[in-house]
Amino acid sequence: MAELTYREAVAAGIAQEMRRDPSLVMLGEDVAAAGGVFKTTVGLLDEFGPDRVRDTPISEQAILGAAMGASMTGVPVIAEIMFSDFLAVCWDMIANEIAKSRYMTDGQVSFPLVIRTANGGAARFGAQHSQSVENWAMMIPGLKVVAPSTPADTVALMAAAVRDPDPVIFFEHKSLFATKGEVPEVEVVGRLGEASIVREGSDATVAALALMVPRALEAADRLQQEEGISVEVIDVRSLVPLDTKTLLASVEKTSRLFTVEENPRLCGWGAELISIVGEEAFWNLDGPLVRITTPHIPLPAAASLEDLAIPSVDRIYETVKSSLR
Amino acid sequence: MFSLVNPDGTVRDRLPISIEETKSLYADMVESRVYDHKSMALQRQGRIATYAPFEGQEGAQIGAAAALRSDDWVAGTYRDAALMWKAGYPWDLMVLGRTGDERGGAPPEGVNVLPACLTVGGHMIHAVGLAWAEKLKGSDRIAFTSFGDGATSEGDFHEAMNFAAVYELPVVFFCQNNQFAISYPRSEQTRSQSIAAKAEGYGMPGVQVDGNDVIGVLTTVTEAVAGAREGEGPSFIEAITYRMGPHTTADDPDRYRDDTDAEDWAAKDPLLRVRLLLEKAGGWSPEWQAELESTAGERIEEAVATAEAVAEPTVGEMIGRVFAQPTDALLAQLAEAEE
Repeated sequence: MAELTYREAVAAGIAQEMRRDPSLVMLGEDVAAAGGVFKTTVGLLDEFGPDRVRDTPISEQAILGAAMGASMTGVPVIAEIMFSDFLAVCWDMIANEIAKSRYMTDGQVSFPLVIRTANGGAARFGAQHSQSVENWAMMIPGLKVVAPSTPADTVALMAAAVRDPDPVIFFEHKSLFATKGEVPEVEVVGRLGEASIVREGSDATVAALALMVPRALEAADRLQQEEGISVEVIDVRSLVPLDTKTLLASVEKTSRLFTVEENPRLCGWGAELISIVGEEAFWNLDGPLVRITTPHIPLPAAASLEDLAIPSVDRIYETVKSSLR
Repeated sequence: MFSLVNPDGTVRDRLPISIEETKSLYADMVESRVYDHKSMALQRQGRIATYAPFEGQEGAQIGAAAALRSDDWVAGTYRDAALMWKAGYPWDLMVLGRTGDERGGAPPEGVNVLPACLTVGGHMIHAVGLAWAEKLKGSDRIAFTSFGDGATSEGDFHEAMNFAAVYELPVVFFCQNNQFAISYPRSEQTRSQSIAAKAEGYGMPGVQVDGNDVIGVLTTVTEAVAGAREGEGPSFIEAITYRMGPHTTADDPDRYRDDTDAEDWAAKDPLLRVRLLLEKAGGWSPEWQAELESTAGERIEEAVATAEAVAEPTVGEMIGRVFAQPTDALLAQLAEAEE
């Protein structure tokens, strides 16, 4: 095991796959010499050279269009979109082209393509650089969507995403880049579509993603210590495919479900989980299904307001506590 | 504007191809036009969905495709059926696609022609990616992408042109300036003197060619392709042509353009001038014309019959081609749909 930061794990995951597959290439804005604006691609240019790790003009639609064109010839590509907010300027390529072209070629053409992007708030970047947009990606048929919360999962899911024959949107959380965790020093390969029970419990299930996972864990510890409430925390990790088995089994055990999302309230991914559990496990429930979300607002730039808007440890703690009372 | 054959069939310069080769290009244009007319009729009969005719643009499309190698990449639009066919995409799959069937979007093995792009402009960037991949692989395949004058106002055009130039990729950008983006005329589309002039801003050569002169187009595209193949990077061609028909079967061009324009352009028809040229050279006769049309008619009828004989797609196909392997959620939805 080695201790890596989440940002180092991004580079480690890419490097692991580029060593394994000499045809794998990467492109994006400032990913080469600069090592990425979030320093998530440091060292890759030196190891793999300028043909395989390539800077681009500020052209998000072209980054993804070129990645798509190359991938359909069998060249696997990792493309970086610097901030996930910028997915909006290349959404045509994602939603209309990348997501639909296997379908429109009767399944003939594969697009082995990973779109990496820095997602999420709590970093004081303001409304246009802080959004959590994994729900945008989740609602487009033909895309796979993952968002790791730990360095180990970052490496494992990067490998799984690169090896998948379908396009994967890979959400890296900006406010997790500095966090640390143990990563095995052997080849690590995860699986898409597997949630992880990161804390076992019996009174309530809390499903969280990315930055919300450590917050849910901290809230769960406090609920145990201060209230004697035993909370099971699920790191959803993969929104498409979605691991409904793990979710439903957990709710069957605890009879309560809380989702913790950074998405603004309307149509966040938690709504989908709640809907599935409401339909499939209604008779297992002992109380309302509860969403803990950001309000339906552009994310404020002011630190105090941003902290208020995004679900906090306190809010998770209070919501679960008052609901179970 | 470069051109070799005038509208009256007289020749401006020595032709780079033989009379036999010219006859072959003419036959391809005749077959394309038969397909185009047949498709319009099929749409009117309710046998295919909306159709975008290319009548008047056969010279640009057949001439360009004739300049490509069989393994080069071709990325065109919904108005490029003649180009795609000449590059290897079978008529029957194009008809199948127009009947509303994704199986029409799966070309045979070895045909490097993308299914027609239905969004405006995205495929120009796909061509950039195809060329990038070929460069990475060290092959000498090039990517050829065709689009209309309207598409040059899309951001995709700018991003594709700039990206191809910066990466020095073997892409040939081929604009069929057919004077209208649905109803919006070329004069309104851009204040640029020409569309070809835009190429200079991207640091690549840009030329204009008479798009209704199939031999002129063949010559121009051949040169651009050779440059791309030899590592000179991308280039841009504006083929000046005219869409004789409507934008699609869903609109009426009489509402937005003058009859006199259409008459002027009819005199510049790409088939007519080659016929006149061949006539002068003793290479055309009414009997041969009748034979061409009848052979083409049979082929197109056969393609339509092949497409219409394809069995209805299944519910399993509806679900099964979303991903390489369907997710559990999709399988559950398939089971629901089959109930």
